[in-house]
Amino acid sequence: MLRYILKRMAIMIPTLVLISALVFFLIELPPGDFLESYIAELQVQGETVDPRHIAYLRQEYGLDQPPLQRYFVWVTGMLQWDFGYSFEYQMPVAEVVGERMFLTTVLSVTTIIFTWLIAFPIGIYSATHQYSWGDYGLTFIGLLGLATPNFLLALVLLYFANIYFGTSIGGIMDPEFLNQPMSWAKMKSILAHLWIPVIVIGTSGTAGMIRRLRANLLDELQKQYVTTAKAKGLHPFRALVKYPLRMSLNFFVADIGNILPQIISSSVLVAIVLSLETTGPLLVSALQSQDMYLAGSFLMFLAALSVCGVLISDIALALLDPRIRLQGRSVK
Amino acid sequence: MNREKKPPASPRMKHYVSTAPFDPRSIEKLSAGQEKLYHASQWRLMWWKFKRHRLAVVSGIILIILYGSVLIAEFLAPYNLHTRNVEKIYSPPQSLRLFHEGKFIGPFVYATTYRLDMAKLKLIYTDDVTKPQKIRFFCRGDQYRFWGLFKSDLHLFCAAKGGSVYLLGTDRLGRDVLSRIIYGARVSLTIGLLGIIISFTLGITFGGIAGYYGGVIDLVVQRVIEVIQALPTIPLWLVLAAIMPVTWSPLLVYFGITVILGLLDWTGLARAVRSKLLALREEDYVLAAQLMGASPRRIIARHLVPGFMSHLIASATISIPTMILGETALSFLGLGLRPPITSWGVLLVEAQNINVVALYPWLMLPVVPVILVILAFNFLGDGLRDAADPYK
Repeated sequence: MLRYILKRMAIMIPTLVLISALVFFLIELPPGDFLESYIAELQVQGETVDPRHIAYLRQEYGLDQPPLQRYFVWVTGMLQWDFGYSFEYQMPVAEVVGERMFLTTVLSVTTIIFTWLIAFPIGIYSATHQYSWGDYGLTFIGLLGLATPNFLLALVLLYFANIYFGTSIGGIMDPEFLNQPMSWAKMKSILAHLWIPVIVIGTSGTAGMIRRLRANLLDELQKQYVTTAKAKGLHPFRALVKYPLRMSLNFFVADIGNILPQIISSSVLVAIVLSLETTGPLLVSALQSQDMYLAGSFLMFLAALSVCGVLISDIALALLDPRIRLQGRSVK
Repeated sequence: MNREKKPPASPRMKHYVSTAPFDPRSIEKLSAGQEKLYHASQWRLMWWKFKRHRLAVVSGIILIILYGSVLIAEFLAPYNLHTRNVEKIYSPPQSLRLFHEGKFIGPFVYATTYRLDMAKLKLIYTDDVTKPQKIRFFCRGDQYRFWGLFKSDLHLFCAAKGGSVYLLGTDRLGRDVLSRIIYGARVSLTIGLLGIIISFTLGITFGGIAGYYGGVIDLVVQRVIEVIQALPTIPLWLVLAAIMPVTWSPLLVYFGITVILGLLDWTGLARAVRSKLLALREEDYVLAAQLMGASPRRIIARHLVPGFMSHLIASATISIPTMILGETALSFLGLGLRPPITSWGVLLVEAQNINVVALYPWLMLPVVPVILVILAFNFLGDGLRDAADPYK
């Protein structure tokens, strides 16, 4: 088991290296850099721009060096827990991102749990009652969640939450708790706000999960051992739970790896609409102002989060299924 | 040992051949239905199986109608894309009626009058029930250039002379929401198709190469796919969209967006192609083709891919909705399409404000076709997937 985990983690390294190269390439692509937009901004405000000051800044931030060198500086920095410096916020990226990253993680984990709680029973029901009205109805509702653009659902929910529950518009907590240390009241305020993004993000992933769970369980239920079990008089519930469900659970765990990037990705969008203090708005503004280390490290965090999610799901899968442990590869 | 007594020898019979027509199949006589089934081609079988999935057939028809309407958008829309009516700003949807004072007079809307509610700063429209305005059909209205080729002013329906008809209301500039939705379909519906073509090509190429050659190439392609799949898509779209220079013309941005959507979507397809190819390349007919000197390209394209093309089409159908939603999301964030190009996403930008939800909810109506199309593609894809393997 330990060997499997180690092997699995070793595979992560080239993946992360490739991701970092891709991310750096992408944020390098747009023409110009942060200083150019900074100069333009100063000129708009009618301030004089001292070329020596700019040259100093350029050197200070290492923008005068070739891209390849900057890439290595960035990557080796990250290995030492130094994620670069945000031009716009004038502080280290780690500090800018810190709390937002925490909230993103909270949001993602809550959403996954929510998705499971919804998808699991529905998936089982749909599979055991194939082609019934309940099956059709639930699948349809799931698809409806998938089909509704997240941002619009978020707006509408926000509006109704405000009318019926008096939840403040926007943000992940009531404004007075911002920058306050964590407390019971702050916790409660976060929870009162968290359900909207959780529902919005959850609905988009649930449909896919229901569908895949249903398909897998259906395959399993058609196998002969189920017929044998039933023929021997095993209670239908036990005939479902004992083996077929456990088999399809397998895939359920494997699905975390698929669903996590999806959730992180939609959380970015929803966060922008709901102006949550998570990652989305920060990323967009960093991209637009070419605050490259902020944007780059940020993307790196998000990617690392999903890579870790896949790792966790693979390890859990190996724990569940000896075939994977022994062969060292996942079976679909 | 039970040797029976031999029957007495009979005179030798003449060689006998029945002259009655003989049908070798008569022993295992097929009913007409069976005959039809056994002799049907694969595509015919698929069609029969597909037809059984009612919802998929209905979805297919809906999609055909929608894509058809894209072709004649100018004719279907009662107004032009940019026709403004400053008298009717934020007009709510007018309801279509048939009976005026208890008498059937054909479809009409009531003329509206408005006043400004100073307390809420909201325009309030009221129906003037004394003035029914009959809707005209196949009438002359706003001028347009059909497909940008020739001038016309024929519309399916338009308002009574001097009146107005806003079945889905108007926006902040007094533009007809219905017409804008019809025009927006043009971009929103095609962006998914173009995107899927790109991702299809990439997916088959890379998946095909990885699956056919295996070894190092396979390993590299696998890693690349893993990396792309690990990156959350929306942030990646944002980055790519941010790369597009602001100076690009809207049309160029449109193509840019399709490329972006296609570039990130091919991974799933490539995986499917690869795993199928890995299994199929061991088949004898591949070896035969190799011995006959066919190039790998030919073997992949002519012998291997057609074997699971139907599966690919089905899975492509299911991923079109992702692209349509992606375009909506990007446009919504202001990183996608920009006016004057109008897509459903661009229209929904108007609904970005919480005020809209409270005061002008009809501006959210472009979401209805979005949901409809996505549901339709999902059901169609389900039906196609079930039909893809007719021998099962």
